[in-house]
Amino acid sequence: MSTETLQLIYLIIMMIFLGVELIMHVPSVLHTPLMSGANAIHGVVIIGSIIVMGQATETIPMVLGVIAVIFGTLNVVGGFVVTNRMLEMFKKRQ
Amino acid sequence: MESILPLVYLVASVTFIVGMKMLGSPASARRGNLVAAVGMGLAILGTITLYTNANGEHLHNIPWIIGGLTVGTVIGWMMALKVKMTSMPQMVSFFNGMGGACAALISLIEESHHSAQAHGAHTADIGTSLTIMAGLVIGSVSFSGSIIAFGKLAERIGDIDVKGQQLVNILVLAGVVVLSTMYVMGTMTGMQTLVILAVLSLAYGVLFVMPIGGADMPVVISLLNSFTGVAAACGGFLYDNMVMLIGGILVGSAGTILTVVMCKSMNRSLTNVLFGGLMSKKASAGTGGGIGVQGTIREVTASDAAVLMAYAKHVVIVPGYGLAVAQAQHACHQLEHELESKGVTVKYAVHPVAGRMPGHMNVLLAEADVSYDKLVEMEEINPEFPTTDVVLVVGANDVVNPAAKTDPTSPIYGMPILDVDLASYVIVMKRSMKAGYAGIDNELFFRPNTSMLFGDAKASLTALAVQVKAL
Repeated sequence: MSTETLQLIYLIIMMIFLGVELIMHVPSVLHTPLMSGANAIHGVVIIGSIIVMGQATETIPMVLGVIAVIFGTLNVVGGFVVTNRMLEMFKKRQ
Repeated sequence: MESILPLVYLVASVTFIVGMKMLGSPASARRGNLVAAVGMGLAILGTITLYTNANGEHLHNIPWIIGGLTVGTVIGWMMALKVKMTSMPQMVSFFNGMGGACAALISLIEESHHSAQAHGAHTADIGTSLTIMAGLVIGSVSFSGSIIAFGKLAERIGDIDVKGQQLVNILVLAGVVVLSTMYVMGTMTGMQTLVILAVLSLAYGVLFVMPIGGADMPVVISLLNSFTGVAAACGGFLYDNMVMLIGGILVGSAGTILTVVMCKSMNRSLTNVLFGGLMSKKASAGTGGGIGVQGTIREVTASDAAVLMAYAKHVVIVPGYGLAVAQAQHACHQLEHELESKGVTVKYAVHPVAGRMPGHMNVLLAEADVSYDKLVEMEEINPEFPTTDVVLVVGANDVVNPAAKTDPTSPIYGMPILDVDLASYVIVMKRSMKAGYAGIDNELFFRPNTSMLFGDAKASLTALAVQVKAL
C-alpha cells in the first residue's frame, strides 16, 4: 500500500472520530437543522460533477454531466437555504 | 497556480468542520450554516477556475457547467423558499436524493471515460473500480430511498405490505453484492454492467424504504443522509479531492451517529426501525393490535374546555403534528398567555419525536415566541402528570398512545410516551377520529377521563383563548 493511500486512510479515520465528536452532545432540539446542514455539506459531491463535466467530450457523458451538476447544485443550494430557514426561527428567542 | 486550489480546498474543509460544530448549539447554528455555505461557494468557484487534470489541462465545457449551476441554484432556491415549515423534512429528503443521484451519475460518466479510452477493455485499477462501484451503488440507493421517503412524508405513498417482500429484498441485495464484486474483480466490466448495477441498486433503495412506517422516516432520512456522505467521499477518492473526501466522510460519520441518537430518543434499536416493518407487519394491521380498541368517546365544547382549564392549577399542553399542520403555534401561545393571566401554570410537554422530526415542535413554538423554559422534555415532564389537572393534546397522537406501554403487538410498542393518561383530565384536539401517523388506533381517546375537541387546531385554540379571556 502506498504512503499516499495510507495517509488517506488515516485522514478518514480521524474524520470519522471528528464526526462522532461533533454530533454526540447536541441537544435534540437541533437534530433537524443539523441533519439538514449535514445534508447541504455532502452537496460537496458537486465538485466531482464539475470535474467530470469539464472533461467530457461526447454527447452522452455531457448530458449526464449537466444533469449531475444540476442535481448537485440542488443539493447544495436547497440544503443551505432550507437549513437557514429552519434556523431563522431560533433567532427570535434571543 | 498549482498550489492554490489545494489551499482553497483546505479552507473549505475547515469551514465544513467549523460550520458543523457551530450547528450544534442554538446560539451559533445560523452562522455555522452560513460559514459552511461560504466554504462550499469557495470550493465550487475554485474548482471551476483553477482545476487542472494530470496533463495540466483546465476544465472544458465551462458554459455548460455555469448553466447547470444556474438552473440548479434557481430551482433549489425557489423550492427551499416556497416550502412550508411543515414540509421541511420531505424537502431535506428530496435534496439528499439529488446528492445521491449526482454521485451515481459521476460514477457512470467516469466509467464511460475509462471504456472510451480502452475501447471497451477494462483499464481501471481495483481502487478506481471500487470507488466507481461504491459511488454508484450507495448514491443510487440513497437517491431512490430518499425519493420514497419524500413521497411517504408528503403522504403520496402509503405503507405497502406485500407478502414475501423480505425474500425479494434479500435477493436484490444479493444481486447487488455479487455484481459489485464481479465488477471490482474485473470479471464483468463495461457500461452495461454498471447500468444493471444501477438499476438493481435503485430497486433496492425502493424496497428498503417501502416497508418502513411513515413515523420512522426521520431516522431513515438521517441514515440515507450519511449514505450520500459516503457516496460523496467515493468521489473524493476517485479524484484525490480532499474537500470531497473530508466533507463526505464527516457527514457519513456524523449522519450515522445522528441516526443512532435519534433511535435512542425513541428507545428503539436501528435494526428494529429498519427491519421491524418487514417482520411484524401482520400484527399491526387494523386496530392497535390484539385487543382491538373500542368504546365510546366523549366530546367537549370549547366553552366547557375553557372552564376546565381556566380553573385548573397546572395545565400541560402536548403539541403534535396537528399543531404544525394548522400553523396554530401563535394561537397556542395566545391561549397560554390567557391562562397564565388567570393564574394557571402552563407548560409544554415536548416528545422527542413529536411532529415529523426531532426538534420540530421546539422550532414551531420558538417561532411563536413561546418562552424556552416552558418547553419541558419528556423525561422531566412525565413525573409531573399525576399532579397535572388538565392536559391539552393538540394534534398529537402516537406520542401519547398508551399502547406503546401495554400492547406488545403494537408497532410502536417500546417507544417511550408522554404519560398524559395519569393526569386528572385530558382534552384531545383532533380534526377527526383518524388514526395517527403510525396508522393505529389510540385507546387514550376512549378513557373515561378523556374528552375530544374536534376541529382545526388553530380555530379551536383561538376559540379556547377567547373563552378563557371572557371568564
